[in-house]
Amino acid sequence: MKILVAVKRVVDYNVKVRVKADHSGVDLANVKMSMNPFCEIAVEEAVRLKEKGVATEIVVVSIGPSTAQEQLRTALALGADRAILVESAEDLTSLAVAKLLKAVVDKEQPQLVILGKQAIDSDNNQTGQMLAALSGYGQGTFASKVEVSGASVAVTREIDGGAQTVSLKLPAIVTTDLRLNEPRYASLPNIMKAKKKPLERLTPDALGVSTVSTNTTLKVEAPAARSAGIKVKSVAELVEKLKNEAKVI
Amino acid sequence: MTILVIADYSNDQQDNNVLAPATFNTVAAAAKIGGDIHVLVAGAGVGAVAEAAAKIAGVAKVLVADNAAYAHQLPENVVPLVAGLVIEQRTIYSHVLASATSNGKNILPRVAAQLDVDQISEIISVESADTFKRPIYAGNAIATVQSNAAVKVITVRATGFDPVAAEGGSAVVEAVATVFDEGKSSFVGEELAKSDRPELTAARIVVSGGRGLQNGDNFKHLYALADKLGAAVGASRAAVDAGFVPNDMQVGQTGKIVAPQLYIAVGISGAIQHLAGMKDSKVIVAINKDEEAPIFQVADYGLVADLFEAIPEMAALA
Repeated sequence: MKILVAVKRVVDYNVKVRVKADHSGVDLANVKMSMNPFCEIAVEEAVRLKEKGVATEIVVVSIGPSTAQEQLRTALALGADRAILVESAEDLTSLAVAKLLKAVVDKEQPQLVILGKQAIDSDNNQTGQMLAALSGYGQGTFASKVEVSGASVAVTREIDGGAQTVSLKLPAIVTTDLRLNEPRYASLPNIMKAKKKPLERLTPDALGVSTVSTNTTLKVEAPAARSAGIKVKSVAELVEKLKNEAKVI
Repeated sequence: MTILVIADYSNDQQDNNVLAPATFNTVAAAAKIGGDIHVLVAGAGVGAVAEAAAKIAGVAKVLVADNAAYAHQLPENVVPLVAGLVIEQRTIYSHVLASATSNGKNILPRVAAQLDVDQISEIISVESADTFKRPIYAGNAIATVQSNAAVKVITVRATGFDPVAAEGGSAVVEAVATVFDEGKSSFVGEELAKSDRPELTAARIVVSGGRGLQNGDNFKHLYALADKLGAAVGASRAAVDAGFVPNDMQVGQTGKIVAPQLYIAVGISGAIQHLAGMKDSKVIVAINKDEEAPIFQVADYGLVADLFEAIPEMAALA
């Protein structure tokens, strides 16, 4: 079974971003970039499925700038077999990304597509669901457990009140939640080997996909700052303040 | 201009479907956009949910699709229903709204893609009928986004809108007979956390624990305090990652977003991604033995103390 994993290059999760003075966006100059944490979990899950003998080939795909090759190489070092970069310097919406991924799905015909549930830059949580709609496949979002058996996959999902398990016919789309697995680190020999693995470069034009959006970002601002309050000396003082000053208990 | 709101509901512990409180906030967002508000309830055995939805202040019509195919709100079946309603009534519906709950987030992007429009996720304010504000980068920036789509597809973050009244409306209830059963997915089972405490996103007071709790068993101190205050209990991602408590207790960028009257952060350092989930709380209390912990920078009241002494003492005094 072939698995397609989508990964996104995003600002590293440890970076506290700053809004640009002209409110056109956030300042990403000289900021550390990494693979989106949920995408790391997606790669790890695919590698585990290959180690279990469920998957035979892992293709990793990224839609983004030329520099996203770094994240693809990381995925190759973690165990993906080959990579595809759909190169676009533009800021694409989730729908545009889903359309490009759909074109890659048509080309590659994977049985399972694994994506992160959300990218930590745009915080959209849309792409997997949109890809499922466009490809007409079932979707198992926010997965904490993935079990392939025969022609279906059982996905345990993180939902508001607990966990839900659904069974999906393959091919299917899965998006990862935090507890699905703990991603490994790439070893040095594997990082070296990854440099020799194939990486194909495509463009939206070559895939015949329009990336026009119905959304326009008018401005990006810093959130209202919350200022630090006071330090209390004792539990008794805290309870007194909450009762009589803040009046919340 | 008519807005279609997809109602969210969940199974309560007595096996009844009940309207999710976030639906009241989503209707509030719809009211701010302006126009007639229709609510769609899709599910199996959702008569009571539809009745409750018809009482929501400001709702003109409730559409009920009650069929086994829509049980558990499986997106593969519910999405064609929603998209079909919108396409059929193209001249009517200008917006489709859902709460940014796990159901809303599961369903709505699939609706947007089916309608070939971009979605706007987790809005926190309505600037006009086509312009909205939403947090990005874990709330470290707020984007103002305008949509020129014929139908605007939007999820609503509950904490951005005060809920409308649950009573006072008298909407028409209309059955929708269309059934989509795509046969691509089926429900296997559900494990819902059993708790007598209020639901995290709807609670007036939230007590959350972090890595400082050291293990899952120590959360009993927080439960004792929470029960005294009538509070819900949450956790930081660190505590969830360490396996202390289940993921549905996680408050943060990728967990639940809460904005209670009082948020008590216990043994939580205050990572960016945690702050993203709670910094809109009215009053924030931080209890941590590390006085340098970043959580103190957003706390109204900070107490540098050993939580294992402070929490029982607080439970006794509160």
